[in-house]
Amino acid sequence: METIQFLLDGFVVALQPMNLFLVIVGCAVGLFIGAMPGLGSVNGVAILLPVTFIVPPTSAIIFLAAIYYGAMYGGAISSIMLGIPGASTAVATTFDGRPLALKGMADKALVAAAVASFAGGTISILLFTAFAPPLAHVALAFGSAEEFALMMLAFGTFIGLGGDDIPKTLFSICIGLVMSAVGLDIMSGQPRLIFGDIPGFFHGINFLVLAIGIYGIGEILWTIESSQGEVSVSQAVVSVRRILDALKELLKSANTIVMGSFLGFFVGLLPAAGATPGSIMAYGFAKTMSKNPESYGKGNINGVVAPESANNAASTGSMLPMLTLGIPGSPTTAILLGGMVIWGLEPGPRLFVDQTEFVWGLIASLYMANFFSIVLNIAFIPIFVWVLKLSFTILAPIIFVLCVVGGYAPTQDMHDVWLMLLFGVVGYLMRKLDYPMAPMVLAIVLGPLAESSMRQSLLQSHGSVWVFFERPISGGIMVLALLLFLMPAIKVGKKLIVARRTGNAGK
Amino acid sequence: MNVARKPVILNFILIAAAVAFATNAVAADWQPRKPVEFVIMAGPGGGADKMARLMQTIIEKHDISPKPFIPVNKAGGSGAEALVHLKSKTGDDHTIMVTLNSFYTTPLRQPGIGIDSLSFTPIARMAEDTFLLWVHKDKGIKTMDEFVAAAKAKGKDWIMAGTGKAQEDELLTNFLNTTYGLSITYVPFKGGGDVAKQLAGKHADSTVNNPSEALGFYQAGNVVPIAAFTKDRLEMFPDVPTMEELGHPNAYYMQRSVVGAPGMSDEAADFYRGVFTKVYNSEEWQEYKKKKSLLGSFITGNELEEYWKVGIANHRKLLKEIGEIK
Repeated sequence: METIQFLLDGFVVALQPMNLFLVIVGCAVGLFIGAMPGLGSVNGVAILLPVTFIVPPTSAIIFLAAIYYGAMYGGAISSIMLGIPGASTAVATTFDGRPLALKGMADKALVAAAVASFAGGTISILLFTAFAPPLAHVALAFGSAEEFALMMLAFGTFIGLGGDDIPKTLFSICIGLVMSAVGLDIMSGQPRLIFGDIPGFFHGINFLVLAIGIYGIGEILWTIESSQGEVSVSQAVVSVRRILDALKELLKSANTIVMGSFLGFFVGLLPAAGATPGSIMAYGFAKTMSKNPESYGKGNINGVVAPESANNAASTGSMLPMLTLGIPGSPTTAILLGGMVIWGLEPGPRLFVDQTEFVWGLIASLYMANFFSIVLNIAFIPIFVWVLKLSFTILAPIIFVLCVVGGYAPTQDMHDVWLMLLFGVVGYLMRKLDYPMAPMVLAIVLGPLAESSMRQSLLQSHGSVWVFFERPISGGIMVLALLLFLMPAIKVGKKLIVARRTGNAGK
Repeated sequence: MNVARKPVILNFILIAAAVAFATNAVAADWQPRKPVEFVIMAGPGGGADKMARLMQTIIEKHDISPKPFIPVNKAGGSGAEALVHLKSKTGDDHTIMVTLNSFYTTPLRQPGIGIDSLSFTPIARMAEDTFLLWVHKDKGIKTMDEFVAAAKAKGKDWIMAGTGKAQEDELLTNFLNTTYGLSITYVPFKGGGDVAKQLAGKHADSTVNNPSEALGFYQAGNVVPIAAFTKDRLEMFPDVPTMEELGHPNAYYMQRSVVGAPGMSDEAADFYRGVFTKVYNSEEWQEYKKKKSLLGSFITGNELEEYWKVGIANHRKLLKEIGEIK
């Protein structure tokens, strides 16, 4: 009851005219920032942080949270329309969003992304509202062993798939892992795989560079080859009726949306993980649990709703450790945390007790940001779809320019642009040879997290691998992960048994 | 002829003077022409990160710089990533960095990256951070003697979480090990925020966090300070004894300094010195220093360089003791 009282007070704060105005502006700005490749919520919040000094702290965080939310929605737009991930959190959305757009179902994919984002946002805010303080304990219970187990589970979802060619999947994961090892080693500080002494490799391979290369540049090459110059992408149509139909169809994806929301929220809760791993893991889970995993990557609507519900849920989730523990759950919340320090707030276990107006004003504004984001997003869908009506000869150079900008923006290093172009060509060739690309992207995102958590755990246990199984949470997750790893073997075994039986029957 | 020539020479002198004056005026008024890259040598959420973001916001709030300072975290390899990045920007007037003691240790440990700490442009020492020994409240440990007894009993299974490899935290862990005959295992994490969480979640037995990193959990009553690695007792923790009182003097501080890229122009360096003087004197910074139990006054230029020389010599000795360097 007390919670509801606090929440209502929070709404009183969030509904003040200025705060309401800031939420709407923030959502619109965020939508745009998220849709621009290379610019994500991190840059958006960082650039606009100074603006917030002219308003009181509560209004300031409301504005920044609205940008954060809007950007989560916006990221899906360029992923679907152009095949370039608009933000790191939307990489998984390209896997199926782009094929849907190419099939002339861009409006459907956009509606799905918006609705999934809304559902993910809503479910996670409800969880946040009801259980914020106890959930902080969940975040604390996750040590390095648990983190590693979770990473294994994520890898398991990509290996234990029936549809893809398993050796090729393994190869793709391994390449991704090798690339994630490039750069300075976290534990010893020694440089690794820097190819002689190329300084550009010191900061490692930014996974956005890989994703933009493969999905942006690779896509252009692929389209040029497969269409021989005669591309017709103008079958994109949009109407209120189609949008309503799309909404109805989405009911079938309700399970995936709920799964993505819960998973995203819990991954977001864990400090250091954040929305990007959350969305990729949700995609993996959706594919593993699906009855026809082979349809993923070719335009399955569930492949859009899973990562989109997860990334919005994770962005809410990652605010929780920021507010209750003072530890950012994602790069964006790290910047929000900086803002709170200057506003004179001390994030940490005392915040919920000492600053109720601030905390509940923020929570209430998350409900509002979520609502306005979906309204703005659906209203703009016809404009986004119009982009697809441009002829390929105009669209391709635009995509190319956006790719280059997106590759340059995160580190501002030309080295990364060359690397991205190289990945584009290699990615195109690998695609021609039918290698799955998603596991490689997954590996480069999760590789560094998995490596450091594994080495930290082993240091704590003096080299004993039992540390991953002895602790209840990590043990449980590890067993699940191992089952997923063994699934291909189990399937093969099953087939053999069935074959033998039918063989026997034949005799 | 003579009459005609005089004005020419005069003109020449006048023009030369005007040009010289103009350059001087420009030099004195050097200002950034584009956003300044503000590199942070540590991960998000740690002491260095929070401080850098505070500096950035003070600069924005008081309109101290015409162009914004954009913080960029480069935590990799105990700060090696940041140092190498800054070195690659030699001569650049738009790159500065917030640094700590890995500014000394990382180049000493990794001669391969070819960094000379003294090549960086000294801009400002903003504060000196302090270290305390922390344990979880549930351990029931209140004094150093109890800490030593508990750590001895657990042997190498006693885990100390800290930031980075062979950095401040590991040096202090080594000090505890050798002074009290302990065999604590040190486990490096990426930032002070993460380290604080390890202790609060009981994944580690102790930490040597800075006050700013442990403060949230301390105020919530989750973690307890046992001893301070300072010369005098800290105002904020009046009941916590210093190592000196405990009979093993070890005052160890961490610099919170701002450096510029090597070979930065004097004009630009002066501009940044001016910026950080204003930041240091701002009400917000003084308030933060007090609230986070920071010590140390503002020093710059040659004085800062001398301070670094002492720091480098000191850390060379410390690293030799733990066998990290020869």
